[in-house]
Amino acid sequence: MRPVHVVGYARLDALVRDTDNDEAEMVQKATAAALADAGLERSDVGFTCSGSNDYVMGRAFSFVMALDGVGAWPPIRESHVEMDGAWALYETWVRLQHGDVDVGLVYSFGKSSLGGVSESRTSELDPYFTAPLGPGPDELAALQARVLLDRGLATERDLAEVVVRARQAAARNPQVPDPQGPLDIDALLAAPWSAPPLRAHDGPVRTDSAAAIVLKVGGGGPRISGIAHRIDPHQLGMRDLATVPSAHAAAVAAGVDFDRLDVAELHASYSSDELLLRHALGIQAHTRVSPSGGALAANSPMVAGLARIGEAARAIRAGARHAIGHAASGPCLQHNLICALEAE
Amino acid sequence: MADATHEWVDDVDVPITVTGFKAPVRVEYLVTAGTVTTRFLNGIMDGRLEGRRCPVCKKVYIPPRGSCPTCAVPTTEAVDVGPRGTVTTFSVIRIPFEGQVLEPPYACAHVLLDGADVPLLHIVGDCDVDEIRMGMRVEATWADERSPTLSSVRYFRPTGEPDVAYDEIREHV
Repeated sequence: MRPVHVVGYARLDALVRDTDNDEAEMVQKATAAALADAGLERSDVGFTCSGSNDYVMGRAFSFVMALDGVGAWPPIRESHVEMDGAWALYETWVRLQHGDVDVGLVYSFGKSSLGGVSESRTSELDPYFTAPLGPGPDELAALQARVLLDRGLATERDLAEVVVRARQAAARNPQVPDPQGPLDIDALLAAPWSAPPLRAHDGPVRTDSAAAIVLKVGGGGPRISGIAHRIDPHQLGMRDLATVPSAHAAAVAAGVDFDRLDVAELHASYSSDELLLRHALGIQAHTRVSPSGGALAANSPMVAGLARIGEAARAIRAGARHAIGHAASGPCLQHNLICALEAE
Repeated sequence: MADATHEWVDDVDVPITVTGFKAPVRVEYLVTAGTVTTRFLNGIMDGRLEGRRCPVCKKVYIPPRGSCPTCAVPTTEAVDVGPRGTVTTFSVIRIPFEGQVLEPPYACAHVLLDGADVPLLHIVGDCDVDEIRMGMRVEATWADERSPTLSSVRYFRPTGEPDVAYDEIREHV
């Protein structure tokens, strides 16, 4: 394998509603900042790959319009995934293994504020049995949280503890909205259920943002020591929702050593997701989980996963030796991607 | 794979046979235009066509783009363009279709507004469609009541100026 490093990362400040920037403007700012962070020029990039979703942006071929932000002239080698940008990063990593290209630019963008997130997520469910019931992301997470609680694998207090930690981390991260609401577990538990057994604060702060990562063969900085993604069955009824086998399988395939893991940035959009992932992956007490505030503190569709890899790289730059960035997709943590990073 | 021992349970009293169902999905969006497009739309309310210039390649885009698609830098300068321009290419629509707003025949055209570097897709009117030609000079005719959309320009009508030579517009066809 060719050694691939994260040499540049930038994310736009996550806003609850970004009225200033369209797709191209968000992408321009994020990619220019990531290239500057890497000390590279546009002309150095040999492959460009993006992750976004037309249902989120509410217009067809939004990823084509977003290309205005990277400048596709003279013609560039370019690709797109209709997934979180973490999967675009995976494609870029594969592309860099081909041997003829050394620098890859990855970006993703998405806005929660346009209103398409919850409704359109229902469309990714199986069209016969689940989609007609119309569950959105909140209800799907609640279904999984219910299994977790009923099995005695977690309590509502455990869920609230996750929220408190995410809010404390968010308060230290200037790029995410200031946390609103209490930091006291009993106060959190006093809130009414929104989708039982989950409360509104168990879900993410939905935001608008874009992120970009520059990968380079060689070049120092955080090195990708392993990357893999795995998928659980699409039919919710075919799964044991208390476990996330695909997350575990991805971590094994990525060669993650949890004994030596300093930081795990988890794409946990719900407090219950974090508990499920901690359990499935076997994350140990010495590992710091989502010090950026994670996908609870700021959740921009199609960006939250890529940003986890970027934040894991930031943790390495800040002194950690081993970190993972995790990304999830699909209903009830169906798809899981693990990108393992280590300090050179 | 057929299972010889399997028997369908068909003596259960099922009141209805489901042969299909409707599962409509409706998603509503609140689209934000962004600062650059908002300026453009406000300009239309004022009866102006405001483009945007790239600081690197100096090209003027209309409708304006916040990022130059060639140079990948923010476009910084607002520039009024038109209201006159040149038809670079066109198509006459003679067939009806569902949702059609105008009555055929009518002409869609790329209009290269004076001062702009990219053509604007719009309608050419106030003349017989058979008179429309590449290089024809036109100008914007505004609707009586303007709203923040490009349909505030009713159409572009011929000015009667001499045609522009093909070589001057060939890059914009």
